[in-house]
This record gives sequence, structure tokens and C-alpha cells, in this order.
Amino acid sequence: MLIKRRTFTKALGAGLAAGALPAFGHQARAADFKAGYVYVGPIGDHGWSYQHDQGRLAADKALGITSTYVEKVPEGADAERVIRELAETGHGIIFTTSFGFMDPTLKVARDYPEVKFEHATGYKRADNVSTYNIRFYEARYIQGVIAGKMSTSGVVGYIGSIPIPEVIMGMNAFILGMRSVNPQGRIKQVFINSWYDPGKEADAAKALLDQGADIIAQHTDSPAPLQVAQERGLKGFGQASDMIKFAPDAQLTSAVDFWDDYYTERTKAAMEGSWASHDVWGGLKSGMLHMAPYANMPDDVKQMAMATEADIRDGKLTIFKGPINAQDGSAKVAAGEVLDDGAIAGMDWLAQGVEGDLPK
Amino acid sequence: MHLEIIARGERSRTWAYLSPVLAIVLTLVTSAFIFAFLGKDPLAALKVMWIDPVLTKRGFAELFVKAAPLVMIAIGLALGFRANVWNIGAEGQFIMGAIFATGVALYFYEVQNWPVWLAMIPAGILGGALWGAIPAFLKLRFNANEILTSLMLTYVASLILLYLVAGPWKDPDGYGFPQSRMFSDAANSPRLISGTRIHVGVFASLGIVILGWFLLQKSMLGFQLKVLGQAPRAAAFAGFSTRGLTWLSLLVGGGLAGLAGMFEVAGPIGQLTPALPTGYGFTAIIVAFLGRLHPIGILFGGLVLALSYLGGEKAQIALGLPAAVVKINQGILLFYLLACDLFIRYRVKIATGRAA
Repeated sequence: MLIKRRTFTKALGAGLAAGALPAFGHQARAADFKAGYVYVGPIGDHGWSYQHDQGRLAADKALGITSTYVEKVPEGADAERVIRELAETGHGIIFTTSFGFMDPTLKVARDYPEVKFEHATGYKRADNVSTYNIRFYEARYIQGVIAGKMSTSGVVGYIGSIPIPEVIMGMNAFILGMRSVNPQGRIKQVFINSWYDPGKEADAAKALLDQGADIIAQHTDSPAPLQVAQERGLKGFGQASDMIKFAPDAQLTSAVDFWDDYYTERTKAAMEGSWASHDVWGGLKSGMLHMAPYANMPDDVKQMAMATEADIRDGKLTIFKGPINAQDGSAKVAAGEVLDDGAIAGMDWLAQGVEGDLPK
Repeated sequence: MHLEIIARGERSRTWAYLSPVLAIVLTLVTSAFIFAFLGKDPLAALKVMWIDPVLTKRGFAELFVKAAPLVMIAIGLALGFRANVWNIGAEGQFIMGAIFATGVALYFYEVQNWPVWLAMIPAGILGGALWGAIPAFLKLRFNANEILTSLMLTYVASLILLYLVAGPWKDPDGYGFPQSRMFSDAANSPRLISGTRIHVGVFASLGIVILGWFLLQKSMLGFQLKVLGQAPRAAAFAGFSTRGLTWLSLLVGGGLAGLAGMFEVAGPIGQLTPALPTGYGFTAIIVAFLGRLHPIGILFGGLVLALSYLGGEKAQIALGLPAAVVKINQGILLFYLLACDLFIRYRVKIATGRAA
């Protein structure tokens, strides 16, 4: 089975061009419609769940509805109860925003065919279950380019969460970007087996900096690693949201997840009855991914980052295009070959330049 | 003038049992004030949190589904706590039970028949008991404190869990995500009431309440555990085996936690995932004390704690209150429980003159 992803560009572009979002007309029905959101973290994580909640608020505002959210929902047996509760209490569309909600979402969706479900980052769909995700790796490549220019030791400390393809493709995109400007660039990585653990994240950052890294990258959700970089007078990248206020002198940029338009568009479709199950994997081009302002870097690096961003957006630059070597130096992707979305979504190997094994 | 805390000579049995009830009432009053402070109608908010979750058949069933593992673990812990055996690592024993049960489910994945599920039960008990046996051995052989060893083994258990789901037991069709495949239907506990998630494990929990009540309140063994806890020297003079009772406490405590882990994966979750440990083993410690280490009390304690989770979700959905409302309520409840216990054991005297 191959995952087919489609970009969100067309639907989104059409919606915006028509100016349909703010001019939504059915106020009477709008007031009755309820959207529900399930978050894995607290909305105060300032990362993943926070950005989803920002998207929720934007959709509410655009459509004139009030929605419901349940935060800190564990990904085990509790998730099904919460999702079912939302379906039971008249929510017309339910966004479940963590990978671990996949099977519970499908279980509940079977019992509520009239309710629309949207599951972020998963791969199982149904007639009333869509999946959606962001090509975060595009931002990682740009970060790699910046790190390649900015690092004096040539070593980046990378804090991984859980070794799933999502995280691995980000790490590989980062090293590809870094080596495009500094062929000797290296990543030292630590996996902390958690998405959100400020204490562990900070400890990992300190350990990596002590081992000679001078820039911190992270695939975890708290601003703690950036704060460590700030304290030590070094640089780093934020995650999921613009974290510049936590590290005004350290953050170079941040990948900003932008769910606002997606949530508005999908909720509106559910209200109007035009909702259909789909799979979306949007990036810079579709506007689901933004870069926080480039800061704390010289002008030439800034220019280079902006040019890279534009090239990715315009399709001039393909990130996973051969030649790419695996960790041991053997050829993994032949020159000229381009990995398709299925190969990217199942990535389980590290590229040359990343040190250390994946946790097994 | 200052306050003195003086031990009461005679402890009131009635008040010892009433103290949790009083603590619950005080918690409700306090949370009413908090709701009012947050601009919500306090009575309506209390109703949403504590009554609405159980008004429907499904909600009522969910209460028991959530309480079942808490009660099962807490009864095992109570056995040890009575004998001063402080097993803090039920979370790890819960995980190991789930792991052993998963091993059976995956090994016999092709066998789509109910004996698979049946075999998972002893496997779960064995996994938990094994994890309880390690602190028992370390305590008796090396005099190692079981509070530390059992707690630390919890982290070992979660690392084993991660190793298995990221390595040998990873779902072959799961795109590399660290979790096992979904169990075959034969490996999931039979659902007993249609339209609800009530499964065999819920009734097993109720059975263990009755068994635990008989064992702790009515049997010689229960008496021995109590004496060992309250007067270790008397227990020694009476010839009760400290070694035997320590082994028993940790094996039964671990076994029941393991069984709870088995029922959690074989049903409500249906696969082994890194998200399995959600703190049942730690919350069960609160349940055990809320229930006065008495099986019937533990049943009620488990239901109250479970209700606080369900009510917290209701409060978020219906009132837009933050998730922290659950933790705040649980914290207030514990605070009042400890405070009530203090005043039952001690009295406060207002003394004049200078402090000694």
C-alpha cells in the first residue's frame, strides 16, 4: 500500500480567491454548528497543541462559530472515550490532532457516519475520516542551510522525539540542507522518547552542546532547548510556533505550523455539506507551513535562507533527490532519482552526516 | 499563644471511615468556590463534573471501565501497604503485564480463537508478578528499600516497552511507527454489554474486590499482614513469616497490576503502544489510601477518582474549563483527606505561654 498525498493548494487557493471565508452567509446555521478538537498536549505547550488551538480560534472567528476542545488527552484507552463524547454531543466535525488518536478516531467514526473526522499525521482513512499533515521537512532543509553557514564547529545537536518516519525525514532533510553549504557538516542526535518534556529536552540540549555542537535543532515541542542555547550564547531553531520571545538572541528561525486556513476550510465544508474525505500533505507552497522571521544571522545567510525558501516553494528545489548517501556512505538514492511521497512517508534510514544509531 | 498538636488516646473508628466522605464534601465545596471564581455557576458546574458523566448508560459504563484497572491495582497494593511493604512500582508491573499478554497475542496472531485471550490472562499476571518479585528478592536478600527498587523498575519497564514496539514487535504495516499491530479479535476481551466498553476485566475487578475483602478482612492471612504492618515484633513472636508475607505482598500486588495491564491492552486499546502507561499504577496508590486500604473502600475510591477524570472531560466540553481542573480537584481531595486524617489522629490545643 502506498500513501497518496495531495497538496492542498487548489482547494485553499480557490477558497481564498473567492473571498468566501469571512463572507460566510448562513449565520443561523453557523451558530448551531459545533466543531470539536482533541489535543495531546496542554494548549500552553507553546508548540504543537498551541498551534492547533491557534488554528481553532482562527476558524471560529472566520466562521462565526464556537468550538470545543479537550486538551491533554492520553493516546491510549482514554482517547476513544473523549472522541466519542464529542461525537455524541453534537459536534459536526472533529479534529484529532495526534498520531496516537488514529485507531480510536476510526473506531468512533464507524459508529457516527454523519460526523466528519479529521486526523492529523495518520495514514488510515474512511469515508468520514480525512488525514492531513504538514511537510515539516521543508523547513528542516532551510534550517540545515542556515546551520551550515552559521556553525563554526560544523556540528549541530539535534533533539529527536520518537524515531518515526516523520522525525527521521526531518533529520535527513536537515543534513542535506546543511551539507549543501558545508559538506563536512555533522548532526549529533539524541532521542528522548517523548514529544513534550521540557526537563528532558533541556538536559539533551546541554549534553549535545557539551559534546561540541554549537547549534541546537529540535523535534520536540517545548522552548526549553532554545532557552538553553540562549543561556549559553549559542543559536538554535524553534519548533511548531515562533518561539522568539523565549530566546530573543538565540532563535534563528522556526518552522511555524499554520492550521488556520485548513481548519476554516474544512469546517466550512462540513457546514455546507461539501466535505469529502481526502488526504492532504501541505508545505510552504500551500501555506500550511511558514517560516518565522529569520533573525540573529548576518544578511548574506538571511538572503540565502530566503532564496532556499523561495526555491522550495516554487518547486525549483527538490529535497529528497539523489544522489543521497546512507549513513555508512553507501548510495541510497541514485543521482537524479526523486523519492516519491510513499518513500518519504516510510523513511526509516539515516543519511550520511547524521551520527549515531536510531534507538532500537 | 501557639498551637500544639497532641495525639488522641483513642482513635474513633467511625471517623476513620467518615474522613474520606468528609474530604469529598469539603472538596466539592472548595471546587464550587473555584468555579464561582472562574465565572461559572457553581452548582451547574458541579453537576456537569460529578453527575452528568454518569447520566447515560454509556457514561455509567465508562466510569467502570476507567475505574476497573485502578481498583484492581489498588487492592494488590493495599495487601502490601497493610504489611508495611511499600510497592510504589505498580505502574511498571502494569506495563510488564501488558507486555507479556501482548507477547501471547502476537505469537498466536494467526490463531483466531478465544483460547488466545484465555492464555493472555496468566501471561499478564506472570509478567506483573515477575516485576514485583525483583524488589521482593532485593529487599530480602540485600535489604534494599523496595520503594526505590520498585519505582526505578517502572522506568526499566517503560524502556522495555519502547524497545519492543520500536523493534521486534513493530507493526509490519505501520510505516515504522513504534506500536504493535492491532490484536486479532480473538485476543480482545469479550464485550459484555452492547453499546458500552464494559469487558470481562471490569467484572474481574469486582470479583477481586470480593476476594480481597475475604482475604484481608476474614482470613488468617489478612490478620497476619495487619499484625506485620502494625507490630512487626509481635508478628515475629507469633511465628508469622516476614519473608513469606513480603513475597506474597509483592507477588500479588505485581500480579494484579499485571492483570490490569493485560485487560487494558486486550480491549480498550487493542494493541501495545508507547502511550500505554498513563499513570494507573501511581493513581492506584491514591485510590488505596482513599479507600482506607479496605477493598470496599477501594472500590468507592476508584469510582470517585475515575469520575474525576470523566468529569474533567465534561467540564472541558460543556464549560470550556481547562484540563487542569482534574488535577486541581484531585489535589484538593488529597489535601483534605490528609487534613481530616490528621485531625482524627491528633487534636489541636491552643496553648498559652512560650513554646517549648
